[in-house]
Amino acid sequence: MGSPLRREDVAYVAKLARLTLSDAELDMFTEQLGQVLAHAEDMGALNLENVVATAHPFGLINVVRDDIVRPSLEREVVLAMAPDARDGRFAVPRIMGEAP
Amino acid sequence: MTLENGWEMVVGLEVHTELKTATKMFCGCANSFGSEPNTNVCPVCLGLPGSLPVLNERAIELAMAIGMALHSRIAPSTFHRKNYFYPDMPKDFQISQYDLPINSGGYLDLPDGSRVSIERAHLEEDTGKSTHLGGSGRIHGADRSLVDYNRSGVPLVEIVSGPDIRSSAQARAYAMELRGILIATGASDGRMEEGSMRIDANVSVRQSADPFGTRCEIKNLNSLRSLQRAIDYEAQRQVELIEAGGTVRQETRHWDEILAVTSTMRIKEEADDYRYFREPDLVDLAPDQAWQDRVRGELPAMPAERRAKLSSRLNEPSDAQVGAVEVVIDLGLDPFVHAAIDHGVDPSLALARAANELAAGLDGITRLSHEAFSVTLSMEQGGELSATQAKTVLGELLARGGDPKAVAAAKGFEQLSSDTLGATVAELIVQYPDEWARYRDGDEKLAQFFIGQVMKLTKGQANGKAVVGELQARR
Amino acid sequence: MKSAAQIAREVQSGATSASVELEASLAAVRARNEELNVFLHVDEEGARAAASRIDDRVARGETVGPLAGVPIAIKDNLCQAGIPTTCSSRILEGWRPPYNATVIDRLVEAGAVPVGKTNLDEFAMGSSTENSAFGPTRNPLDITRVPGGSSGGSAAAVAADMTPIALGSDTGGSIRQPAALCGLVGVKPSYGLVSRYGLIAFASSLDQIGPLSKTVLDSAILLEVIAGHDPMDSTSLPEPSPSLVAHVDDGVAGKRVALVRELVEGADPDVVASVERATVALKDAGATIIELSIPEFRLGLSAYYLIAPAEASSNLARFDGVRYGLRVDADDVTAMMEATRTAGFGAEVKRRIMLGTYALSAGYFDAYYGQALKVRTQMIDAFHRAYQQADLLIGATAPSVAFEFGAKTSNPMAMYLSDVFTIPTNLAGEAAVSVPFGTGEAGLPIGVQLLGPGRSEAQLLAAARVLEIADGRP
Ligand SMILES: [Mg+2]
Ligand SMILES: [Zn+2]
Repeated sequence: MGSPLRREDVAYVAKLARLTLSDAELDMFTEQLGQVLAHAEDMGALNLENVVATAHPFGLINVVRDDIVRPSLEREVVLAMAPDARDGRFAVPRIMGEAP
Repeated sequence: MTLENGWEMVVGLEVHTELKTATKMFCGCANSFGSEPNTNVCPVCLGLPGSLPVLNERAIELAMAIGMALHSRIAPSTFHRKNYFYPDMPKDFQISQYDLPINSGGYLDLPDGSRVSIERAHLEEDTGKSTHLGGSGRIHGADRSLVDYNRSGVPLVEIVSGPDIRSSAQARAYAMELRGILIATGASDGRMEEGSMRIDANVSVRQSADPFGTRCEIKNLNSLRSLQRAIDYEAQRQVELIEAGGTVRQETRHWDEILAVTSTMRIKEEADDYRYFREPDLVDLAPDQAWQDRVRGELPAMPAERRAKLSSRLNEPSDAQVGAVEVVIDLGLDPFVHAAIDHGVDPSLALARAANELAAGLDGITRLSHEAFSVTLSMEQGGELSATQAKTVLGELLARGGDPKAVAAAKGFEQLSSDTLGATVAELIVQYPDEWARYRDGDEKLAQFFIGQVMKLTKGQANGKAVVGELQARR
Repeated sequence: MKSAAQIAREVQSGATSASVELEASLAAVRARNEELNVFLHVDEEGARAAASRIDDRVARGETVGPLAGVPIAIKDNLCQAGIPTTCSSRILEGWRPPYNATVIDRLVEAGAVPVGKTNLDEFAMGSSTENSAFGPTRNPLDITRVPGGSSGGSAAAVAADMTPIALGSDTGGSIRQPAALCGLVGVKPSYGLVSRYGLIAFASSLDQIGPLSKTVLDSAILLEVIAGHDPMDSTSLPEPSPSLVAHVDDGVAGKRVALVRELVEGADPDVVASVERATVALKDAGATIIELSIPEFRLGLSAYYLIAPAEASSNLARFDGVRYGLRVDADDVTAMMEATRTAGFGAEVKRRIMLGTYALSAGYFDAYYGQALKVRTQMIDAFHRAYQQADLLIGATAPSVAFEFGAKTSNPMAMYLSDVFTIPTNLAGEAAVSVPFGTGEAGLPIGVQLLGPGRSEAQLLAAARVLEIADGRP
C-alpha cells in the first residue's frame, strides 16, 4: 500500500481540489484521513494481482441514443442561475492561464 | 525550410476534429456553429447537478468511419474522466477516452508516397468558449472573462500521429490529406477557421539517427499556414538553443501569428495530475461486427483513391492539371468530372470547368445536376456555346438552377449562323489585309488574332473552332 | 396516519380527497417540523395545486394512478423543477433546478403529491444527518437521538407521520440505516433499476434512489412506480419496472435463507437477538435457514471509503461558483473557485473530496483506487458464491439502535462503521431491504436486513412482509 499520509500530501490534494485549509484544518485532516487510509491497509495484504478491476456493477454495453435534436433550455432560465452574467454569457473573474 | 548542421526535426501531430453530428456528444442540444451564446445548452452540457450523459450513436459511427479510413483497429473501448478545473468546462472534468480508445493503430499515406503512422483516434467532448473583457481582449491583461457553453459537449475525435513527420511541408501535407479524409467520411467540414479542425504539434530536434530529443507542444494551430510556420520556427529555435549550449525544456507553447514566434504557455507541472478514472455514468463501448460492417459499407471512397481514379482519366496531366485534380478532390467535385467524361466531354475541359467555375460557385452546387453540367460542356465542345457563354450558363445554373438549353436560349446564346460568321470573317479579311496575308502564308498564330476580332464583333457568341474553320476555308 | 395504499384507494373511490390528505400532511409538518428539522423546503402552493388537479381528475372519473393523492417527501438531493434543491449544502443554497429528476416525473404521473424537500447529510455524506449545513434532523421516536442518514429527513418525515412515504438515496446504506433507526421499511434497489437522472451524484457507481415507508406494501407500490428503464440514464437497466405489489404476499416457503456471520459481527446484543428471532420467523414461514461466512464483507468498508470518495471528488468538482449556486468573489477565477468551495462545503464533504482526490492522484491510484476496484470484484464474486447456496441473505442493518447526537461526530471512522453491514450490497450493485423487527435499547426499533441478488426485489419484499406480519403488523 501507499506510504503513510503526510501533511504535505494533504496540502497538495487540497490544492488539486481547490480547497483552502488553515493550519489547524491541515493537522486535523492529516490525522483523520490517515486513519481511513490505515484502515484500508487490510486491502494491501491481499494478493489481487490476477483480479480484474470492476468499475461498474453491471456489464451493460453500447448504450446510445439517436442523433436527434431535442429542445435546449431558454437562455433566460440558464443565466438566471448564474452568480454573474453579461452579454448572454456567464461572467467570471479574469482567467489567468489557458486550459491545459 | 531545412535545418542545417545535420539537424533533423521530429514532428507528431494531434488533430482535434469536431464531428458533424446533428446533436452534441451526450445530449440532444443542437451541434451548430454561430448560434447566439448559451442557446444550445441543457442540464447535461451545462453540467447541472443530477444530469447524466448518454452517448450519441452517430458520433460513434463517425469516429469508427475515421478509424476505418485510417486503417485503424476498432476495439472495445471505455470512457474516462480527465479532471481539472477550468471555467469553460462545466463539470470541471472532460469525458475522454484514455487507455482504451475506439481506434488504435493505423496509418495515412500522403500524395508524395510517404506514410505517417497513426497511434490512436479517440472520442472526447469539446469545452465551452471564453472571451476576455478589458485589456487587449486576449487572456492576458483581461479583467473579466465571459463564457459561452454552446460548444460544450460537442463531439470531438482526436487523431494522434506517430512522431514520423520530418518537415513542416510534410506536416502540412499530412494535415491536408487528413482533412480530405475527414470531409470524405462526412465526419467533419474541415473548417479550420471556425475551429472545427484544430492542430497541436509536438516538435523536437535531433542529430539524425540520435534518439528523440525533448519535445515541445505547440497548441491550437488553426490554419495550415500557421502549422507550417510554427513548426519551422520552433524547430529552428530548439536548434539555436542547443547550439548555444542550452537544453530544451518540455513545455506547452503558444504560436503568435502576428509576431510569428512561439512562446512558453505552460511548463509541465504537478497541476497535470488529471486523476483519470473510468466515467461511471457511461458504460463500455464494444461495436459488434454487424455494426462495424454497416459503417464500413457506408464508407465512401477516400481522397487518395479518388485522386488516382480521376488522374487515370487524364492523358499525362500537366502540372496545372495535377493542381486542378487536387482542388476538385478537395471540394468533392470529382463526381461531376466523371459524369461529364462519361457523357463524352473532353477530360481536360471537364476538369478545367469543375476546378474553376464549379469551385467558384460552390455555394450553389446543390442546384446543379451532373446531367446539367455534362450537357453544358457538351454544348461548348460542339460549338453551340462559346467558352464565355458556357461559363455564363454554368454561373446561372449555380445561381438559380434550371436546364442548360433553356438558360442558353433565355440569354440569347443562339448558335451564330454560319452565314453570319462567314460574312463577319469576310469583312475582317478586307479590314486587315496584312494580317490575312501572313496567316495565308502559314503563320498560324494569326488565327488567334482573327478569333479575337470575331469575338469582339459578335460579343463572344462565336465558337473558336468554327472561326478557324471559316479561316481555313478561305485560305 | 393512513398508509399510501389506503390513501390512493380512498382518493380514487372518492372516500377522501387528495386535498384533504394533503392538508393533514401539511398540518403534521407544521406541528413538528420546527422541533425535528425534517423539511428544508415545503412547497405548499405546488402541492395544493397538484392535489386539486388529482381531485379534478377523480371527479371526471379518470383513473389516476397507484399513488393517487399520496403526499410524499423528497430527499433534497433530487432535482424538482423550480423548487430549491440544496443537498443540505451552502454551495447550492438558493439554487432552483430547471428540470425534474426522472423519479419526480414518474411520481407525478402516478398521482403522488410531492410535499417538500427533506434534510440530509451534506451531499448524502454521512450516517446521522448531523452533517447538514442547515442543522441536524431529530429522530421523531426520541429527539435526543439521530434519525440515521444520510436520508435522515426522509425517514423522519415518515416516522413523524408527516407523509406516508418518502424517497431517499442509498450509496452505502443511506436508505436502509435511517429506515432501521426510525422503525421503517427501506429498500436499496438493484443498481440500474431506478433512474439516477436528476439525483445529484455522490458516488455514481453506487447511488440508487429508493423508497422509505411504514409498510412493506407501500415500499412495493412506490418502487414499482419509480423503477423501469430511462433513456436519460446510460446505466439504467433496459427493462420495464418489475411486478412487486403482486408478489408481496408470496411468502418464503421453500426459500433458502443464509444468516451471514459478518452481517451481525460486532453488532449490539439486542440487534443480534432481533436478527436471530427473524430467522426463526422465516423458518416458521417455511424457509430453510443456513449459516454462512463471507469474509470478503470485512473488506467492504475499506473499498467503499476509497471508491465513493474518488467518484465524489470528481462529481463535486462542478461546484465552482461559475454557473450556479454560491460564489465567493476573488481577483481571478482560480481564487474565486477556491474561495467558493472552501466556504461552500462542510468538513465531511471536504474530508471525502480530499480522500478521493488522494486515492486517484498520480502515484497512489494503483495502491488505493485500483486495489479497491479489485476488492469490489471479489465482493461480487463472494455474493455470487453465496447465492449458489441461498436465495436470500439475512443480517443486521445497523450495529445499534439510533445513537445520540454527537456520539460519533468527533471520529469519522466510528461514523463510517455505522454502514459496515450495508456497504457490501452497494459495491456489488445488488438489492437489499431493511425491515423493522423488534426493539432494543430504550424501546427503539431494530432493523433487520434482507439481501438478494440483482433484480430480486420481489423476493426481498415478500420476505420482509413475512417479518412484518411476524412482528405484529399485519
Ligand atoms: Mg484531448
Ligand atoms: Zn445539452
